[in-house]
Amino acid sequence: MRNLLRLIIRYYFFFLFLLLEVVSVTLLVQKNTFHRARFINISRSIEGSFYETFGVIREYLVLKETNQDLHMENTLLRNQLDGLTRKQEQSAELRYDYVPRRQFSYIPALVINASTNKQFNFITLDKGRNHGIEPEMAVISPKGVVGIVYSVSGNYSSVIPLVNRDLRLSAKIRRNGYFGSLSWPGSGYDNAILEEIPFHVDLRHGDTIVTSGYSAIFPEGIIVGTVEEFEAFEGNFYTITVDLAVDYKNLSHINVIRNLMKEEQLELERVR
Amino acid sequence: MIKLLGRNIIRLIVLVMVQILIVNNIQINEYFLPQFYILFILLLPFETPRWLLLVSAFTLGISVDLFTQTPGMHAAASVFMAFLRPWILEMSAPRDGYETGTFPRLYYYGFQWFLRYTVILVLAHHFVLFYIEIFRFTEFFSTLLRVLLSSLFSIILIMLSQYFIFRK
Repeated sequence: MRNLLRLIIRYYFFFLFLLLEVVSVTLLVQKNTFHRARFINISRSIEGSFYETFGVIREYLVLKETNQDLHMENTLLRNQLDGLTRKQEQSAELRYDYVPRRQFSYIPALVINASTNKQFNFITLDKGRNHGIEPEMAVISPKGVVGIVYSVSGNYSSVIPLVNRDLRLSAKIRRNGYFGSLSWPGSGYDNAILEEIPFHVDLRHGDTIVTSGYSAIFPEGIIVGTVEEFEAFEGNFYTITVDLAVDYKNLSHINVIRNLMKEEQLELERVR
Repeated sequence: MIKLLGRNIIRLIVLVMVQILIVNNIQINEYFLPQFYILFILLLPFETPRWLLLVSAFTLGISVDLFTQTPGMHAAASVFMAFLRPWILEMSAPRDGYETGTFPRLYYYGFQWFLRYTVILVLAHHFVLFYIEIFRFTEFFSTLLRVLLSSLFSIILIMLSQYFIFRK
């Protein structure tokens, strides 16, 4: 025992080094332990309040583009509204027993921090649990799909964007409805890879890729990007490079989507 | 002594701030990720006790981790770098050893000495950092390229800082 103590004291530099490395690596590799969760929580609140202060500058710099985007979106919404009111008038006679008014509700939020150059990128929003945001909600910007909420604290939340190797999204080709799985190859924040589209599908450059709506997270038909190029590697499936619609370096006003009928869908699917 | 301690604590805070507010926003592409904050470990006085060296490197790394949501990643790399530092200093010591009252800076020991000292430690740090981030060896060469290009960027920043900020 005494010898051991003497050994440790003699080589304390090495043992202290080992101890600190073990602490760091433990934090790093364990995905769901208490300590890691605590670390992430503390990190989130410090990060949130800090970047909020400095995010003001960023917000100001992208003001012009933000305004343009909002204008575009307004126009789009007006057009849709018109179509919808007409449809409602036409179908006034058709009555179902119970049809819910709406399925999705939109929560506005601001991006206060974003990274695009790491392998596992994250985005931080200025709204959290207190504003009704929960994990696994969809996040969109006026231009298209941004990502999925990963974790929330009281007033902030962090989003896994499409440009994160951990995210897989079910997406389809708008023109013909074939769906596949979208993921990010880890390089270039403006493109992603769509796989599992069978070889016989008629593909063209510039085809629009939209969300499939199969996951109970995203509404159907939100733009993901356009087909940049495609090639058939191994026989039956295409590997499609998708030019992402959202510019991850210039994100500011986004919407978080709550699916009001998610519980219902999941419950039904569980029974099967 | 107290003055030296205070100065180093302030330097730690300032470097972490500079890293997260300015350097992390230089997003060129995924191959250039400069890590400027490690300048703190390079500039610690020669007489720093070894345990304090490790503990302060850990504090430095974990503070950067707090802002980037990467628990332990920067801490592990910084501690590794601090662990190597005494040997690198010993290896590259001038013939009569380091004089008291001097610090490991370009101003005292010249361009060549400081460059060699910086290159070795920055490479060690970036190597650990990027391989821990990816945590697999399948993309060995693309990660190696990230290590080399980012190190180059960091070294340039650190060398420039010696001319513009830490002139004396």
